[in-house]
Amino acid sequence: MATTTITSTPDAEFSLTAKTKRIGEKMIVAWLFLAAALAVLITIGIVVALILPTIDFFREVPFDRFFSMEPWAPLFATPTYGVVHIVAGTAAIVIYSSVIALPAGLASAIYMSEYAGPRTRKVLQPLLEILEGIPTVVYGIFALFFVAPLLKDNWPTWIPGKLGEEPGFQFVLAAGLVLGVMIIPTVASVAYDSMNAVPRALREAAYGLGSTRMQVATKVIVPSALSGITASFVLGLSRAVGETMVVLMAAGAMANISLWPNDPILTMTAFIGRTATGDVSTGTTAYYTVFAVGALLFLITLTVNLIAIALVRRFREVYE
Amino acid sequence: MSKTSGRTRIAVEATRSSTIRLDRVGIDIKGELFRAVLLFSIMLGLVMLATLLIFVAIRGSDRLDLNLFTQMPSSINTDTSGFLPAIVGTTYVMLGTLVTIVPLGVSAAIYLEEYADRDKWYNRVIEVNIQNLAAVPSIVFGILGLAFIVRGPLSLGFVAFAGSLTLAMMVLPTVIISSREAIRGVPPTLRDASLGLGATKWQTTWRQVLPLSVPGILTGTILAMSRAIGETAPLLLVGATTFVRFLPESAFEGAYSAIPVQIYQWAVRPQDEFRVLAAAGALVLVALLLTMNSVAIWLRARYARQL
Repeated sequence: MATTTITSTPDAEFSLTAKTKRIGEKMIVAWLFLAAALAVLITIGIVVALILPTIDFFREVPFDRFFSMEPWAPLFATPTYGVVHIVAGTAAIVIYSSVIALPAGLASAIYMSEYAGPRTRKVLQPLLEILEGIPTVVYGIFALFFVAPLLKDNWPTWIPGKLGEEPGFQFVLAAGLVLGVMIIPTVASVAYDSMNAVPRALREAAYGLGSTRMQVATKVIVPSALSGITASFVLGLSRAVGETMVVLMAAGAMANISLWPNDPILTMTAFIGRTATGDVSTGTTAYYTVFAVGALLFLITLTVNLIAIALVRRFREVYE
Repeated sequence: MSKTSGRTRIAVEATRSSTIRLDRVGIDIKGELFRAVLLFSIMLGLVMLATLLIFVAIRGSDRLDLNLFTQMPSSINTDTSGFLPAIVGTTYVMLGTLVTIVPLGVSAAIYLEEYADRDKWYNRVIEVNIQNLAAVPSIVFGILGLAFIVRGPLSLGFVAFAGSLTLAMMVLPTVIISSREAIRGVPPTLRDASLGLGATKWQTTWRQVLPLSVPGILTGTILAMSRAIGETAPLLLVGATTFVRFLPESAFEGAYSAIPVQIYQWAVRPQDEFRVLAAAGALVLVALLLTMNSVAIWLRARYARQL
């Protein structure tokens, strides 16, 4: 052993450490870090931008008035601030659009992952992407000029009572319908990704036991991909909550607590958009109202997203 | 594919071709019905897409002429009224967005992929924040732009660049996420080789990793820009709302408009001529977007499996 000496040379000339300090390189890394940290700054910016004016708002309008059942008319000569009315409007839009978007998005995802061949999928996927990429203002035009008149002209007026009343030019069903179809690709793509991640062996085992394609889809794939499907649903919901242009153009401008499909409603986003296009001067209560509603909107979408994250963590399936 | 799945496949093939299969000859009504429902669901979206395209094309075709691109908007001469200020405004806004998101997005992606230690809490905070930003409603970015960029600390006023920055914040996550994917796609052996030859980490990143991720970054940028160009709601809050009958002086001064905002303004007017104008504008916007999207899809398909 003594003969095979490994000469370790701590004081040798050869070293892997850099000869210069490479200050330039360190500065580059600092810049890269700053760029990445910008995302945090933007989030802080959002919170600050919303909170400060919201505090000003609540200094003028007491908390319990904002959350009371009084009408929503912040821009009137004698303003009232019952935010429940526009929260209800948002809820109505979310309900109508998710009745369409959630099942149709899930079904589209199942079709793409379990039924469509590779060639069909190659055609369907870009088409869904296009559907997702159409500007919301174009969807707004479509809802206002095509879907709403079509529904209005063919409204089942023979139904007695409120449901049979012919709607006006803007009503919740027209906006909800278009918004629902608009959200299908969002739900479908996330759900499809999670179905795609289900190991092939699981499908093959089910087929090997004699399952039909439908049984594989509904009893193997959907339960295994449940976390992703839940996430896709929540994502779809939060898009419906936050969407502005379609509801601004096609849902109306009346702050209503109503679930009737033929009623006009006002959502939180539509209120913000509508007020912003009017003449609102800085410092007035009306100006602060925009921020208060924005803060509430941000809080709601944040909660929805946190629920999504928690759900995903709870249902996550781990494959080897 | 693992070995197990190969064996399973053989078993499946065997089962399918065996006599057991003969028991199920006949039409599986429930299964076929299920397939029909699925097909109907996916067709719902596609049929609406087709209807929308046809509707906009028919409705807007009357006004799809040169005046649409060369004339100022006008309330009186609706036959020759056009989108010129909106087109110029959109160009300014988009250029501003582009020069903001590319360096910032790519830098952030490089940091997160090449330098960040994922166990450090601050890096996790950054990652979570980027994910969250992607889910914030667009109109909230408008509020942020109004409070911070138009007024407040930056005080740019209602100018095109304020619109650019607002949209940039909104689409930044898209650029970061797609750039990260592109950077991750570069084989590690390439980095090792470069480092082994004595290049520094930054030299490796700049000369080897980045050039190879350009197609992916480009695809992500086009997608982000195509999202930004069609976005209306945040711009309503940061000033692209006024009825502009002149061209913006530059990106930093003067009122501006943007194509989607102009479309919105025409659409909510009661007269039919304006609605036709709005549809014509929508047609132009959709055509522009389809072009951008197809370039992105083509790029992705072309470079997807070349590494």
